[in-house]
Amino acid sequence: MVAFLDFEKPIAELQGRIAELRETAEAGAIDIDAEVARLEAKSQKLLRDTYARLAPWQKTQVARHPERPHLKDYIAGFVADFVPLAGDRAFAEDKAIVGGLGRIAGRRVMVIGHEKGEDTASRLRHNFGMAKPEGYRKAIRLMELADRFGLPVVSLVDTSGAFPGIQAEERGQAEAIARSTEACLALGVPLVTAIVGEGGSGGAVALAAANRVLMFEHAVYSVISPEGCASILWRTGEKAADAAEAMKITAADLKRLGVIDRIVAEPVGGAHRDRAAAIAALGAALADELVQLADTPRDELRAARRAKFLAIG
Amino acid sequence: MSWLDRVRNTIPFIARRDETPDNLWHKCAGCGQMLFVKEYEENQSVCPKCDHHGRIGPDARFDALFDGGIYTPLPMPAVREDPLKFRDQKRYVDRLKAARQATGEQDALINARGVIEGKRAVVGVQDFAFMGGSMGLGVGAAFVAGAEAAIAERCPYIIFTAAGGARMQEGILSLMQMPKTTVAIAMLREARLPYIVVMTDPTTGGVTASYAMLGDIQLAEPGALIGFAGQRVIEQTIREKLPEGFQRAEYLLDHGMLDMVVHRHKLRETLASLIDYLCVEQAAA
Repeated sequence: MVAFLDFEKPIAELQGRIAELRETAEAGAIDIDAEVARLEAKSQKLLRDTYARLAPWQKTQVARHPERPHLKDYIAGFVADFVPLAGDRAFAEDKAIVGGLGRIAGRRVMVIGHEKGEDTASRLRHNFGMAKPEGYRKAIRLMELADRFGLPVVSLVDTSGAFPGIQAEERGQAEAIARSTEACLALGVPLVTAIVGEGGSGGAVALAAANRVLMFEHAVYSVISPEGCASILWRTGEKAADAAEAMKITAADLKRLGVIDRIVAEPVGGAHRDRAAAIAALGAALADELVQLADTPRDELRAARRAKFLAIG
Repeated sequence: MSWLDRVRNTIPFIARRDETPDNLWHKCAGCGQMLFVKEYEENQSVCPKCDHHGRIGPDARFDALFDGGIYTPLPMPAVREDPLKFRDQKRYVDRLKAARQATGEQDALINARGVIEGKRAVVGVQDFAFMGGSMGLGVGAAFVAGAEAAIAERCPYIIFTAAGGARMQEGILSLMQMPKTTVAIAMLREARLPYIVVMTDPTTGGVTASYAMLGDIQLAEPGALIGFAGQRVIEQTIREKLPEGFQRAEYLLDHGMLDMVVHRHKLRETLASLIDYLCVEQAAA
């Protein structure tokens, strides 16, 4: 059973009643099939209705759901023959950003993305998906490598933001992010990005200055976290829901604003409720985009990317 | 002198708010010394006692930088206003109106063209007094316009950064100014024209993580706060006290992020010499 979010309380209660009924039925011999079916239908409808009109702050919670698929799951799901590559050749290997060679629907690609981790040990190892300068410098290295050998780049964004720390600042966090954005824009190969969970600020855009930007239906992408925005403009983090609303961070809003190109639908109840279906949907959408961009001349790819970002405003 | 300068220079000086009698004195933010405002401003807002560099806006910067204080402001590109219809405790349009009234400027980045010790340049100055210098559509468009003007005139683009970061009231569109300004820098690079950054106090957030860190040459004024993450955020994340001088210009110089820390009084000659070296068309031979 999945972990329920606070706004899913009515659904959780229904599921609880269904579980209770089943237990009772196992103890005695009463026939409960009809009642369970009725409750299940009600629960499904409630789930569908709830997710059809999630508020921006609720989407933020879904995007951060601990059971939502992560980079590792997407790679296992739709990247064949993955060969991980490591290190920035200058300072360290930053596991908050994972990258490597692989095949998507038969096409050779370079995959780069944030990895948040899935349990305490792996979250610590991946620093909760918050990259340091060496992470962005690794991304630059891999993008340039891909460019040299004509491999399209696929980037999957899932980060609350770049890591705020003393050493990260010392080693040029801002410079690394700026250069990574610059590297995206300079690529002569296709760059397709998918915002799969949280797209947090500069730490996200550094991998997302792409030809095509896809976004999961319940992912969020913003200049600052709702809590951060609330604590600055409302002077209290408790107004995060208001800030999430005001900032326009949902896929539908960003599509309207021309910031993203395509929304990838999620299974009913979010990607974490049917991980396999979500992973397959993203894989199919990425494969489709790669087909559309294949054979585009290098100059055209670069010019199109530039024109796109110059036009946003 | 262009017709615009001529018109500007003939308009009688309109008294600014900071020249009311209770603002005759300025308390230095560095050493606390009380200074005559007139004397302080004549010294380019640098404290004569402790050398603290105060924040200055586009007008004072251009006056001090360009030969004879003569320059032509470039028109501000028109951008969509309040694209998100944003409101926090106040409406964004009201905040904009207040900032425009207080500064007399349209947005937080103003460009001008002029001559620095005989060298032509387009210079952009970010104004911290305008909503913390924050980068939104107006700043992004002005940056692109500044770069394009430099390319059209075959001269360097010099940017004086000062910003808390991206303008939250424009949400994701402010974030998109990071790649947008980076495209403008790519255009300067292709035109083989120098792009010179002078970081002033403070330069943080998305501005640092985009055009402030992509200069061919990176300068900063003494003591300027420069960084990506805010100090409070870092302290809360790592639960440690920050080291002395952390994220100051001299600290960045020590960590390899800058070419030079330059005193405000030396900026003109430093920039002129850099233009002479890097801008072949304008080399002294």
